[in-house]
Amino acid sequence: MRKAFIETLIKLAEKDKNIYLLTGDLGFSVLEPFSRRFPKRFINCGVAEQNMMGLAAGLALSGKKPYVYSIIPFVTMRCFEQIRNDVCYQNLDVKIVGVGSGLAYGPLGPTHHAIEDIGTLRTLPNMIILSPADPVETKELTLQSYQRKSPTYLRLHKSGEKILYRFPQKIEIGKPSILKEGKDGLIIATGILVNLCLEVVEELRKNDYNFRLISLHTLKPIEKKEILKAITGFKLIFTVEEHNVFGGLGSAMAEILAESNYEGHFERIGIPDKYCSEVGGTDYLRGLFGLAKGEICKKILEKLKNK
Amino acid sequence: MDYHQISKEIRKKVLKMIYDSQTAHLGSCLSCVDILTVLYFKILSIDPQKPTAENRDRFLLSKGHAAAALYATLAQRGFFSEKILDNYCQDGGKLPGHSTRNCVPGVEVSTGSLGHGLSMGAGIALAAKKDRKKYRVFVLMSDGECQEGSVWEAALFSSHHQLDNLIGIIDYNKLQAFGRTNEIMNLEPLKEKWESFGWSVKEVDGHNFSELEKRLSKIPFEKEKPSLLICHTIKGKGVSFLENKLESHYKNLNFKEYQEALKELE
Repeated sequence: MRKAFIETLIKLAEKDKNIYLLTGDLGFSVLEPFSRRFPKRFINCGVAEQNMMGLAAGLALSGKKPYVYSIIPFVTMRCFEQIRNDVCYQNLDVKIVGVGSGLAYGPLGPTHHAIEDIGTLRTLPNMIILSPADPVETKELTLQSYQRKSPTYLRLHKSGEKILYRFPQKIEIGKPSILKEGKDGLIIATGILVNLCLEVVEELRKNDYNFRLISLHTLKPIEKKEILKAITGFKLIFTVEEHNVFGGLGSAMAEILAESNYEGHFERIGIPDKYCSEVGGTDYLRGLFGLAKGEICKKILEKLKNK
Repeated sequence: MDYHQISKEIRKKVLKMIYDSQTAHLGSCLSCVDILTVLYFKILSIDPQKPTAENRDRFLLSKGHAAAALYATLAQRGFFSEKILDNYCQDGGKLPGHSTRNCVPGVEVSTGSLGHGLSMGAGIALAAKKDRKKYRVFVLMSDGECQEGSVWEAALFSSHHQLDNLIGIIDYNKLQAFGRTNEIMNLEPLKEKWESFGWSVKEVDGHNFSELEKRLSKIPFEKEKPSLLICHTIKGKGVSFLENKLESHYKNLNFKEYQEALKELE
């Protein structure tokens, strides 16, 4: 995803001389293609994220289009008030690009995990939150968000993500993307776990259950009409995300369902409200939290049997 | 230029706005009125008829709690009608207690939380350098504000990038909300701190108009360095019973005190 993002940004920057890339001294071996090509528009702000975000606001006030890049906790929570006051309150065209969604930086520990970012940023008026599932969505959302002059948060995983869009499909900000069709239930996932959910859907199919799978790449704004249309008729809905179950995709969907007199079964699958106390890689940690194909399938199958 | 008369007019407006709304920060406003007067009536290259002109000098009030002083100065300079000042902090009014971008013409940024202005100012100054534009960026901070770490992040950045079109101004009245700055969180030696961060620093009596004008007329203080002007000021300046009084940060005036204060400014 990082590569898809930077390649797309370079293409945009070739045409738009107002695009600037700011980093808090992170992105080594990722950002170089941009910095080599546009050295005057690449600003390493050092390890000082509060200043970096305020600086981005100042650049945007002067007609520039800054992209602010770092690992998620540092580029969202360290400078949260700068995002709130300088960027969102003033409604400026600043793009925040966070890498390392969820448990992507697994072994580096909870300081580097990103499980609260959607919840916190979702409370900010004017903010658009994008959470792509693969390099194709990353590219599309980067292109489309460039056209919108709004504060935007692009939540990226890391590298090596599988391409999920092997077929031409329209990806549009604000519209849920349907990746699999089925009538027995619905999984709404976001970000990197959409891939895992594809495997879950395949596994369910082996058990003769066909599930619809939605990649909800736009977490704010969620167009209520669009999402209600996409979930109509489903009596079983699961959300899957690599984020605290409080505040993220599951919470956003719960808000919508609760206000829509939804009468089926709804369940959030995500990271429980606690910091990771064990050490390990991404897959290992996901396993601890039940974010694995087997666990998710088991949960869903049990629900299907008890219906 | 009759700075004395202008600053008196601005002070009277500030007194009325804060008295009418019974809000805080009177002392913080009065301490920076003389600085604002010199900036808006002499130094800044601005046109009240064209508040968004591309090459205007930018002024950022980083100590956003002195919003009343900024609004009054802008009105005095002709950016908008003085009548608007009457709805400062009033229900349904235009002017919030911390300055908000474009709430009236001339307010460049939204501030209120301390430690945000210098970073935004550095961004605007950097954009000017990139575009080879000549405008300058002035950022007025409070002394207590220099306790914010983000100020020093911005200080490092600005000198590293040689932003000599950026001018920081500190309204150094030496009082913050709970007491004297040197007792709460000592800033001294302040000049040396900024110098060691790569800024060119000068000090001035923040109520001496000719000194302020002299210092602010020669910018940058040194080529390829951001400039910092430490203005030694008196909190509550202009109203004898408020001057250098901690209470002037929050306390408001009753009718009798308000009348007395106005009389002193006649």
